[in-house]
Amino acid sequence: MSSATRRFTSTAMGALTLAAALLVICPLLLIFGFLLYQGAAAVNVDFFLHLPKPVGEVGGGVANAIVGSLIMIALAVSLGLPVGILGGVYLAESRDRRLPWVLRFVADVMNGIPSIVFGIFAYTVVVIPMRRFSALAGGLALGLIMVPIVLRTTEEMVRLVPNALREAGLGLGLPQWKVSLRIVIPAARAGIITGVMVAVARIAGETAPLLFTALGNRFWQQGLDQPIAALPLQIYSYAIAPYDDWHRQAWAGALVLIALVFLASLAARLATRGRAVAR
Amino acid sequence: MTKRSFLAVMLLVVPLASLPGPADAQLLMNGAGATFPYPIYSKWFEEYIKVDPEVRFNYQSIGSGGGIRQITERTVDFGASDGPMTDEQLKKAPAELFHIPTVLGAVVATYNLPGNPQLSFSGDVLADVFLGRITKWNDARIKALNPSASLPDQPIVVVHRSDGSGTTYIWVDYLCKISPEWEQKVGRGTSVKWPVGLGGKGNEGVAGQVKNAPGSLGYVELAYAITNKLPAAKIRNQAGKFIEPTIESTTAAAAKSMPADFRVSLTDSPGPEAYPVASFTWLLVYKDQPNETKGQSLVKFLWWAIHDGQKHPAALLYAPLPAPVVKDIEAKIKQITFSGKPLLAAQ
Amino acid sequence: MAAESTAGAGTADGLSFPPRAISGRRAALGDRVYTVLVLASVWLVLLLAAGLVAALIWESWEAIRTFGFHFLVTSQWDPVAGEFGALPFIYGTLVSSLLALLIAVPLSLGAAIFLAELAPSWIRPPISFLIEMLAAVPSVVYGLWGIFVLVPWLRDWVQPGLGRMLGFLPLFQGPPYGIGMLAAGMILSIMVVPYITSVSREILLAVPGSQREAALGLGATRWEATRMAVLRYGRSGLIGAILLGLGRALGETMAVTMVIGNRPEIAASLFAPGYTMASVLANEFTEATSDLYVSALVEIGLLLLVVTVVVNGLARLLVWSVGGPARGGRE
Repeated sequence: MSSATRRFTSTAMGALTLAAALLVICPLLLIFGFLLYQGAAAVNVDFFLHLPKPVGEVGGGVANAIVGSLIMIALAVSLGLPVGILGGVYLAESRDRRLPWVLRFVADVMNGIPSIVFGIFAYTVVVIPMRRFSALAGGLALGLIMVPIVLRTTEEMVRLVPNALREAGLGLGLPQWKVSLRIVIPAARAGIITGVMVAVARIAGETAPLLFTALGNRFWQQGLDQPIAALPLQIYSYAIAPYDDWHRQAWAGALVLIALVFLASLAARLATRGRAVAR
Repeated sequence: MTKRSFLAVMLLVVPLASLPGPADAQLLMNGAGATFPYPIYSKWFEEYIKVDPEVRFNYQSIGSGGGIRQITERTVDFGASDGPMTDEQLKKAPAELFHIPTVLGAVVATYNLPGNPQLSFSGDVLADVFLGRITKWNDARIKALNPSASLPDQPIVVVHRSDGSGTTYIWVDYLCKISPEWEQKVGRGTSVKWPVGLGGKGNEGVAGQVKNAPGSLGYVELAYAITNKLPAAKIRNQAGKFIEPTIESTTAAAAKSMPADFRVSLTDSPGPEAYPVASFTWLLVYKDQPNETKGQSLVKFLWWAIHDGQKHPAALLYAPLPAPVVKDIEAKIKQITFSGKPLLAAQ
Repeated sequence: MAAESTAGAGTADGLSFPPRAISGRRAALGDRVYTVLVLASVWLVLLLAAGLVAALIWESWEAIRTFGFHFLVTSQWDPVAGEFGALPFIYGTLVSSLLALLIAVPLSLGAAIFLAELAPSWIRPPISFLIEMLAAVPSVVYGLWGIFVLVPWLRDWVQPGLGRMLGFLPLFQGPPYGIGMLAAGMILSIMVVPYITSVSREILLAVPGSQREAALGLGATRWEATRMAVLRYGRSGLIGAILLGLGRALGETMAVTMVIGNRPEIAASLFAPGYTMASVLANEFTEATSDLYVSALVEIGLLLLVVTVVVNGLARLLVWSVGGPARGGRE
């Protein structure tokens, strides 16, 4: 292949990848545009501060749903983050033959299970014995969805940390656990955070598993063992109703949800900033 | 470090979350079930706070079947359903369950044709459309019912519900009564094997599909047809009149004698002004309440709902209960007990 | 499959698990605690997964007993008569997910390469963020957007166009409802793109600069350096990203069920309505009344699990057969 051909290929591929990136953004812009067009009018201060109101009455909001979603995401993260990261590190660093293979396979399969199945599981394991719907059950279902995502992305990120870093740590006399926790994981930090935020974004928008676990609540929650409101549930209830007023609130709710995830992602990145792997 | 800051946040948030939220002193009653009455129930529960500020009713729509399941499992204080429980389901419940009708709803046939004509159908024509026997809009039988409408030579795109639903139950219950072929081939249930047609998810899905695709014919709750500005067909009732689905004609469908347990189908009702595809929606409560305070709040609410509460349905496009039925329901509510003592008399 | 020191598969040449202490008692304690925590996490995941599978099998036992193998090959789905067969759902899940990946993978990888390799550094953060935010859109919103925007576009423009140009293929025949397999595949691809793109981007960014520089130093063009050094190095991670996206596609319920037409039939055309396993579960589970009905639905959930296992197994075989000889590392 002549060098002219090779250069042409290189430029052409550059153009193609740019086109791909633009194509990928297109639906994003369309969807955001749609949401803004439909829902921006309904986003006002009331929306953030008040409880839901019946049809036709002004001033209704999703305050309890916002708080409820935050609480359940916090519960889910407290399960999903440590288990996922530690499991991912294990997968990347273990030289065992069978157990890592099994775990990896199990995680990939878990990623493919529809979220409603996790909801049914949490229903059987938490709601029925407790005889009530609760934030705990919702948090469990969401945490289960989160674990395999964080696990696999952590594994892939930790794998890519160059051995030189590990060897440097060991060479300095650090015990292995410190090398893993203090050197390897921080080095893979950016990638791990991406994995976590992708998982959080996913669970923030999940409706189906919450139908059987958190149930939803029109009012402020009164403890973790009571039904609790959540943004996706509220959005779903509004979206399937026949009233335009509620539709607008559904779109507004979706905007708020995306904005919250955006802010959380931003905060996570700022909090963990710093040079990761040398390029 | 990442993990530490996350852990710190977690340790702060979780205990804060376990503290009760603002305005926490009230009793919380949880209910779940049918999606159809969600708007009117949410209106009622909001209004009821003014009547009894000590209690909060939380209702979530997870479907009629879900409502039946949850009240059977006792994970909620009351259930809600658009279709009455079968004998089999009642047997599975740990104790006796009452069906308390609250409002009425109508299921309408809606369609999308150029010029938006007002069409009339008879039950057997609708059954044959949904069976796939009548496939074109300008079929002779449809023309016979609508001599002045211009019907195009186009196939009918049937739209039904893909998700299990009380709306479907009401629709197929009607078709079963009219068409023996339907009863034999398809039967009744919240979810059936549709011979033809596309499935839309929820009333919203069916309404959206009909609205956007010319030549479609589907069935939705009256409220969805009105708010989506879709036409609703007149349907011939048992008395032979073509009735338009309105709030009045829906209420008229309940003008017949009620069985004591209210588990009655109102489709194909004999009343002369009755719309033939109407139904109650019920709240499911245990005859013997497990908890006295909750039981009292519940019966007080039920009493309010069938009296003062009936002011609200019409504005939200539901039909209120007719007066004779209210009297029957009063007697039923008085039978709800706690440890054998009737709760309502005690106040 | 020993951990050979290849071009940086990130294997623990210097590290082993469980760790062996090299510096004293405190280090030994630290290593012990670390080991316990890590193994506890691993076993927790495995136990939860096992519990999930056990619960699924338990709940679906009645249907398994009643229908046996026929469940997998029959197309009847009649809740009233109590006859259930899962074939059309299996077909629908596989076809819609395959279609989604066919559309999403080239676009996502292209976008990830662009963001990681070719984009000026001021573009990268905002665009990456935007793409990640797509993952936060609740699926019910995707579904509604699908109904209001995508389906009319398909019905009025795309499907008639495809029918005219490529109508000789059975794939593009039939009336243009708008709703159907094509709409489902497209919505799924949009939902899957953020996962594949974000994770792939991170993988590519994490490839050490030395790899790139080595290739460029040898006279490769930009693209060649990307292809030979970066993509090859990150291959296992990229496959992982694609599997993540596939997982999402297989299990997606809400958005798909709103645009696929929900008709339990097998049809050759992409214009025809279909039904997926996840959709039928979401649609009918809350309303399922009889025990057999619930059991049949749970068996569909179990089958979805099996399908996921099989697909993942095949993907791993593919990776191993393609990457094995060249790399010799694990995966």
